[in-house]
Amino acid sequence: MPTVTMTVNGMERSGNVEGRTLLVEFLREHLGLTGTHVGCDTSQCGACVVHVNGTSVKSCTCLAAQADGAEVTTIEGLANGSDLHPMQEAFREHHGLQCGFCTPGMVMSAVDLANQNSDPSEHEVREWLEGNLCRCTGYHNIVKAVQAGAKAMGGGS
Amino acid sequence: MNDFTYHAPTSLDDAVAALRGDGGAKLIAGGHSLLPVMKLNLAAPSALVSLAGVPGLGDIADGGDSVTVGAMCSHAQVAGSAVVQARIPALAAMADGIGDAQVRNAGTIGGSVAHNDPAADYPAACVALGATIVTDRREVHADDFFQGMFATALADDEVVTAVRFPVPGRAAYAKFANPASKYAVAGVMVADGPAGVRVAVTGASGDGVFRVAEMEAALGASFSGEAVAGVAVSSDGMLSDTAAGADYRAHLVTVMAKRAVEACG
Ligand SMILES: Cc1cc2nc3c(=O)[nH]c(=O)nc-3n(C[C@H](O)[C@H](O)[C@H](O)COP(=O)(O)OP(=O)(O)OC[C@H]3O[C@@H](n4cnc5c(N)ncnc54)[C@H](O)[C@@H]3O)c2cc1C
Ligand code: FES
Ligand code: FES
Repeated sequence: MPTVTMTVNGMERSGNVEGRTLLVEFLREHLGLTGTHVGCDTSQCGACVVHVNGTSVKSCTCLAAQADGAEVTTIEGLANGSDLHPMQEAFREHHGLQCGFCTPGMVMSAVDLANQNSDPSEHEVREWLEGNLCRCTGYHNIVKAVQAGAKAMGGGS
Repeated sequence: MNDFTYHAPTSLDDAVAALRGDGGAKLIAGGHSLLPVMKLNLAAPSALVSLAGVPGLGDIADGGDSVTVGAMCSHAQVAGSAVVQARIPALAAMADGIGDAQVRNAGTIGGSVAHNDPAADYPAACVALGATIVTDRREVHADDFFQGMFATALADDEVVTAVRFPVPGRAAYAKFANPASKYAVAGVMVADGPAGVRVAVTGASGDGVFRVAEMEAALGASFSGEAVAGVAVSSDGMLSDTAAGADYRAHLVTVMAKRAVEACG
């Protein structure tokens, strides 16, 4: 079995995986980081979005082996102790979630957008969230949260 | 998904050697077509050979009368490239309309042309712009490269290393996208370039990308939206699925062609 080693939320983590082990399986089942969700497993819903080397990817459509040597950030890596990350805080403040299932992926995707664009328009947010599906909120408050979170981040994560 | 051996070669030669060493091996680039197919057990390779560690496949170069895009360039990289935006803005815009942000971060141009999905966007851009597909051993013109649904001129052990696009005088792409996936229900790239006017259609035909000679002739005589608006394409051989029936797809081809011509300015 091959060994993969990656930096996850700032810590070096290794594990023995199969070739077919998905990144999301490695994160959830090997490392116990269950904040990253699996909604569809077919690269449609975005519940599994994490950052690999700073950009957002769907971890259900990435092999653990493809992330060997990479820097990976999951939803667990955003907060600073008990201080929420500005994007998480914005989702709470603006009621950008109901059941919360889509939220980790929404937040990770939103942080990637905010890193590139600190003042996205409503249209830009909606376009960017094309690959993140939410069954509860109707997106309205998510869009508000992402705009507020991006401003609060001020161009940096 | 069946298990497989994973290879991470650090040179093109080693990648080709890994493919030759195992008849069931396949390349993996972004994995955004291959992994979904493997999850459905429509493909079950015995080994995957990653191109991520092979140097020299990730560059975009301005060659004056052409732009060369490395096979491992992601759709996001092409969309955001200052060179592509300046020289072939239609190509940057096309890449920006693929799937969603995460698909664009992972998926690559090399994977897209090698996969030749009948609803993929790049095949239309390659054929309309008269691109050349560069591999580890030869160069193949787009007209000869795409050979029907999921079929290309590539040998089993051949690696696409880059795609070279001649810079057109003007070009534009118009797509009627599937609202769920953003794949083309009908996508038309129109280019007025060194090889004359070319009109290439993706998403519509079961045989993949095709050119519309009648529209090209009409645009050669008069480059205007009206010139193509009256050219109907036959629905014979058009795809028919939950997104659109064959007749509607044929209709969309004309509408998208007109929009693309008008977007050329
Ligand atoms: C949700 C979703 C939406 C999508 N929407 C669109 C869309 O709107 N438009 C669109 O065009 N596409 C769309 N795609 C497909 C996406 O663009 C893929 O990324 C692309 O088709 C394949 O590129 P890849 O790098 O992921 O290739 P992979 O999946 O890694 O490989 C695909 C095939 O190409 C072969 N291959 C890969 N690289 C090479 C190479 N350099 N040389 C030779 N063979 C190679 C592989 O062996 C495999 O057979 C979508 C995909 C998803 C999951
Ligand atoms: S679980 Fe990955 S996109 Fe839905
Ligand atoms: S909050 Fe329930 S799916 Fe988005």
